[in-house]
Amino acid sequence: MAMNKMKKINISASLKSNLITFGIVIAAYAVMQILVSLHLVSSLMRGLLVPICVYVILAVSLNLTVGILGELSLGHAGFMCVGAFTGAFFSKYILYAVPGMPGALRFFLALLIGALFAGLFGLLIGIPVLRLKGDYLAIVTLAFGEIIKNLINLLYLGIDENGVHISLNSALDLHMEDSDKIIVNGAMGITGTPNDSNFTIGVVLVLFALIIVLNLIHSRDGRAIMAIRDNTIAAESVGINVTKYKLMAFAISASLAGIAGVLYAHNLSTLTALPKNFGYNMSIQILVFVVLGGIGNIRGSIISAVVLTVLPELLRGFVSDSRMLIYAIILIAMMLFNWAPACIAWREKIRYRLNRKKNAKEAE
Amino acid sequence: MSFISYLINGISLGSVYALIALGYTMVYGIAKMLNFAHGDVIMIGAFTTYTVCSIAGLPPVLGVLVAVVFCTLLGMLIERVAYKPLRKAASPLAVLITAIGVSYFLQNIALLIFGANAKSFTSIVTLESVKLAGGQITVTGETIVTIVVCIIIMILLTLFINKTKAGQAMLAVSEDKGAAQLMGINVDATIALTFAIGSALASIAGVLLCSAYPQLTPYTGSMPGIKAFVAAVFGGIGSIPGAFIGGILLGVIEIFGKAYISSQMADAIVFAVLILVLLVKPTGLLGKNIQEKV
Repeated sequence: MAMNKMKKINISASLKSNLITFGIVIAAYAVMQILVSLHLVSSLMRGLLVPICVYVILAVSLNLTVGILGELSLGHAGFMCVGAFTGAFFSKYILYAVPGMPGALRFFLALLIGALFAGLFGLLIGIPVLRLKGDYLAIVTLAFGEIIKNLINLLYLGIDENGVHISLNSALDLHMEDSDKIIVNGAMGITGTPNDSNFTIGVVLVLFALIIVLNLIHSRDGRAIMAIRDNTIAAESVGINVTKYKLMAFAISASLAGIAGVLYAHNLSTLTALPKNFGYNMSIQILVFVVLGGIGNIRGSIISAVVLTVLPELLRGFVSDSRMLIYAIILIAMMLFNWAPACIAWREKIRYRLNRKKNAKEAE
Repeated sequence: MSFISYLINGISLGSVYALIALGYTMVYGIAKMLNFAHGDVIMIGAFTTYTVCSIAGLPPVLGVLVAVVFCTLLGMLIERVAYKPLRKAASPLAVLITAIGVSYFLQNIALLIFGANAKSFTSIVTLESVKLAGGQITVTGETIVTIVVCIIIMILLTLFINKTKAGQAMLAVSEDKGAAQLMGINVDATIALTFAIGSALASIAGVLLCSAYPQLTPYTGSMPGIKAFVAAVFGGIGSIPGAFIGGILLGVIEIFGKAYISSQMADAIVFAVLILVLLVKPTGLLGKNIQEKV
């Protein structure tokens, strides 16, 4: 009887926590929409709305790998890159092949394709990589991310009546009569992707990513994944298929990153694979969101992704030259405040004192 | 003949990677952390030399000396302020992210002081180029100096670690911190010393790198830093000879990849080789294989 009661409370606690997370996202969306309609948001901030959604999805999906699976991945931007390029390629192709297709359907299919390919890459890379551990796994994911970025910069791809043309050398090697039908043009990337994304779609995708990740965490599979994180050998000994669950978490994380990539690609007219957007710097930036928000804490990831994306832009108004310097200092200070044992002890002490005062007042 | 000249260039580039990788590997061996700011210490070292030699007009030897001293102090300061408070943190990722913060910090300090435009670094090497094999191969002075400096540093470092008390203390701390402390070793001082040596090596690497490739920007250090990190993992992170071998191999592979396959794909090739090595030997070339116990 007591057991039953306990279980009931537990389930409702996780549900409540999930609902709060969804509530925060929806409330933030509503507030932003009202502010935008009242023209209280600068055009700069309006331009940030979709990227914020992209970063939130990336942070939530990376948290699945880092927080729930417990493996450090430094190649998350690579999966985003795969999603962005496959999604944009599809949309661009449909623009030529089926001009009549409505934008919403086209974008939906692009999302599916981006997620599928990124997930496939996650699976392919995961099979060899997940044999490694810790820092070795981190460096190999970093290497894969860089390889993906590097190859996409060399890729020339076009489709015409004669079929698909692929080259890793130059646009001329494609031997296409109509150069307008070259879709991926090497380092110049994909230009003219239809601008199908907006803030509303972004938020819907954020909610979708949240539903997937939160449901996974509270499911049987999710518990198996967390068991692997806490003790691989113990998990294996109770019959959990370690490889299967590791791959599952990794592939889901990758395909969510792919969705973020598709969203990213359809917000820009020109998509190029630069070190800035798909290199290891980006992967590290996503990791910063995850660690600062709290490893394994999905709500924290959302908040830190939003704050850290908006912060440099807010600082631009006050100190335009040194804004990234201040960003760096804030990042270091927040990490020390959140994680240093000395700071944690100090915070405990303050909390204890406050509680004692409150208790003393109540006693009076 | 071009093969030999590519090989020499590869070894030269690899020597720079090896010097940087030594810093990564020593810090990892002792503090068990990936010091992402290490690449930016290289850049700071190069900028210090640039300031002393090109702006103030002082002799190159002084420039290198100032850079080494400055970076040594900088390395110790970074360790004290940003890493030491997190040494006993609940997650090892915390210090990794702080290191990333330090990396941004150093890049942006340099950006504020020197601007984003590339500075042309005047080579500190005055040695003439040498022609080998009847003039078919030209080896630049920078290449010779880089290789010689790297070999000297490797020998000195090996002697330091095996023959001095401080070096033995380092080995002890990397083996078991608690036991080392019980033996009367000052663990904090040993870790600080490791950061000091690593940063000094990074500043020398920075000067050598910029002498060979004279473009200097606030982001100069980040890609060599990542490559050296790859080299350290390649050779087996935590192992000093491993860092040396990994660095040299990585440099040679990169130059050969550029020369024979595709200059744009050189980075992809380097990373692909790393992945292959790690898949066959998951702890790197010279890494210790630790059996996991239940």
